[in-house]
Amino acid sequence: MEALLTQLPTGLAIGSVLLLAALGLNFTFGQMGVINMAHGEFIMVGAYTAFVLHAWIGLDPATTLLAALPLAFAITGTLGWLLELGLIRHFYGRPLDTLLLTFGVGMILQQAARDLFGAPNVDVPTPTWLTGGITLFDTVRIHHSRLFILALALTAVAALAYYLHRSRPGRQMRAVIHNRDLAATTGINTRKIDAATFFIGSGLAGIAGVALTLIGPTGPTLGTNYIVDAFLVVVIGGLGQLRGTVIAAFALGLLNATVEAWADASLAKLIVFAAIIAFLQTRPQGLFTVKTRSLT
Amino acid sequence: MRTRPTHTALAAALALTTAATGCTTPGTAGVDEDTVTVGMLHSLSGTMAISEVTVRDAVQLAIDEINADGGVLGRQIEPVIEDGASDEATFAERAQKLLTSDDAATVFGTWTSASRKAVLPVFERNNGLLWYPVQYEGLEASDNIVYTGATTNQQIIPALDHLREQGHTSLYLVGSDYVFPRTANQIITAYAQAHDMDIVAEEYTPMGHTEYSTITNDIAHHEPDAVFNTLNGDSNVSFFQQLRSAGVHADDTPVLSVSVAEEEIDGIGADNITGHLTAWNYYQSTETEPNSRFVQAFTDTYGTDRVTSDPMQSAYNSVHLWKAAVEQADSFEVDDVRAALDGITIDAPEGTISIDGTTQHLVKTSRVGQVNDDGLIDQIWSTPEPITPDPYLESYDWASDLHS
Repeated sequence: MEALLTQLPTGLAIGSVLLLAALGLNFTFGQMGVINMAHGEFIMVGAYTAFVLHAWIGLDPATTLLAALPLAFAITGTLGWLLELGLIRHFYGRPLDTLLLTFGVGMILQQAARDLFGAPNVDVPTPTWLTGGITLFDTVRIHHSRLFILALALTAVAALAYYLHRSRPGRQMRAVIHNRDLAATTGINTRKIDAATFFIGSGLAGIAGVALTLIGPTGPTLGTNYIVDAFLVVVIGGLGQLRGTVIAAFALGLLNATVEAWADASLAKLIVFAAIIAFLQTRPQGLFTVKTRSLT
Repeated sequence: MRTRPTHTALAAALALTTAATGCTTPGTAGVDEDTVTVGMLHSLSGTMAISEVTVRDAVQLAIDEINADGGVLGRQIEPVIEDGASDEATFAERAQKLLTSDDAATVFGTWTSASRKAVLPVFERNNGLLWYPVQYEGLEASDNIVYTGATTNQQIIPALDHLREQGHTSLYLVGSDYVFPRTANQIITAYAQAHDMDIVAEEYTPMGHTEYSTITNDIAHHEPDAVFNTLNGDSNVSFFQQLRSAGVHADDTPVLSVSVAEEEIDGIGADNITGHLTAWNYYQSTETEPNSRFVQAFTDTYGTDRVTSDPMQSAYNSVHLWKAAVEQADSFEVDDVRAALDGITIDAPEGTISIDGTTQHLVKTSRVGQVNDDGLIDQIWSTPEPITPDPYLESYDWASDLHS
């Protein structure tokens, strides 16, 4: 019990990273059904946005972080929008082709980063007010950078929930996901909605990238470290389910942290994967599903 | 598909024939009146490219220097560059190609132990000679490889000696989950038992792992005297960033790393690792006359933003050592060169090094350095004498269980 308590903050920290990485996928993969393998590279582009602001433009670490968040959202969002406009929309209904296509785009982005910034990792300094931590019950330390990421993830979730449930374009988005044809007959421009969904989903990847510079390496292959976990979170949460993604991310984070408390990290990863397989055997549709009366 | 086995058999037969012909015509392999062909075999693509490209650059620099200086035995060195693509099977196949169809007189290459083990049978079968430039886990001494990086008694054991001298008696071990860290930690554990040191914990994480909160909190909780770090690659970035957030400082709990060199520090962020320790045989800041020439030549060729590291320097030395051995033997033939290896000595950037003919490892000095604010490493300790290589740790009583 004590182990569980001490690992709680660590679990929340891991969960919030997973949540940030998976939030964007929840849109493109979960809601639109597009397997975008380049999503990891969008995360990488977000991280390099912060690097460029700091190293090339010369902003100080704190300004870099705050300016990079909206800028990365705009840049990767635009990249995603262009990807959807130029390539993906010609491949709707052909998941295998989309997978290969976006995998290729991912490799192009990786190589572009390598040519532009060099193969070694680059340094994005953490603002000094995020470097320390708070000590709880003697043994547990919560890092400020983790708290920041947790707050960022929760803010993003709140903003998305508001957008999807309260705003007009958000409700239209949900309508299109529930029943594309019916939504179209009511006058919703589904093409426009698809483009908007892709913009938001990809933009969230950029925000995740900026946040990840606080806790991990910034290099051309940054995205590949997170992409598998992000897909897992979306699948476990149930496709297109915001609350499912949130719960799945924190559940996975906590599970990881608890297992790691008594087994080493290698073994913990194995046990978590085994648990995921067992879960999907009994509940392949994930935690939550969309209830619908349509025949498809 | 039925024809496939026939093709494979045919290819194998052809390869064997070529190899056999290569052996029966001494003195002609890859050498003509003006040139000598050598192979360069590194990963230029894939995950290992980040490290191996730097080593390739160093080898190329040495070859250019030697060529400008008149070549080897009056012949210009012509490198054939192959890409191992971070994949063991590709390494073996490319090695076969270099030895049989390019007739390379020698090959400079590989980085990971996995790739070295993959090409080893190819070099033994074709009687080739490979120059391996990276520190490794020891327990190997092939006639067809010259090991120009450190073996365990030239890096890990001296590092432990240093920690013990500083009065650090409790160690926390953290490493990536593969052969080098596991072997290194076996040695460290045996050393600790023999010298009354305490191993607080031994933790492994998968390659590419980025979540170190649990381990860094655990380190902060245990307060060991020092951490011995055998993590590889990107994981070091996450580890050092999160260790700093966990409030562990180099003054109280120094981390000694054996796989973090100048090249990696920039990505980790100098302020995350300042004050921590590394164990190598060479630093960019090592004060020798050959080193100032090496650093100058390297930055002139590749740009002032580039740094030099231990594996790069070892690869650079490999070419010069090979040249010296060829000139000693007055022949490019592998058997003649091998016979001339023992005692070959050069003034390298890391100081005077010489080849120990029995193990085909180098006699070299071991150093401990401290990362400074500029992201370079200052030497703070070195062994008084160069250390004779002992890849099987036969001269250490406490290690008797390790090599049985």
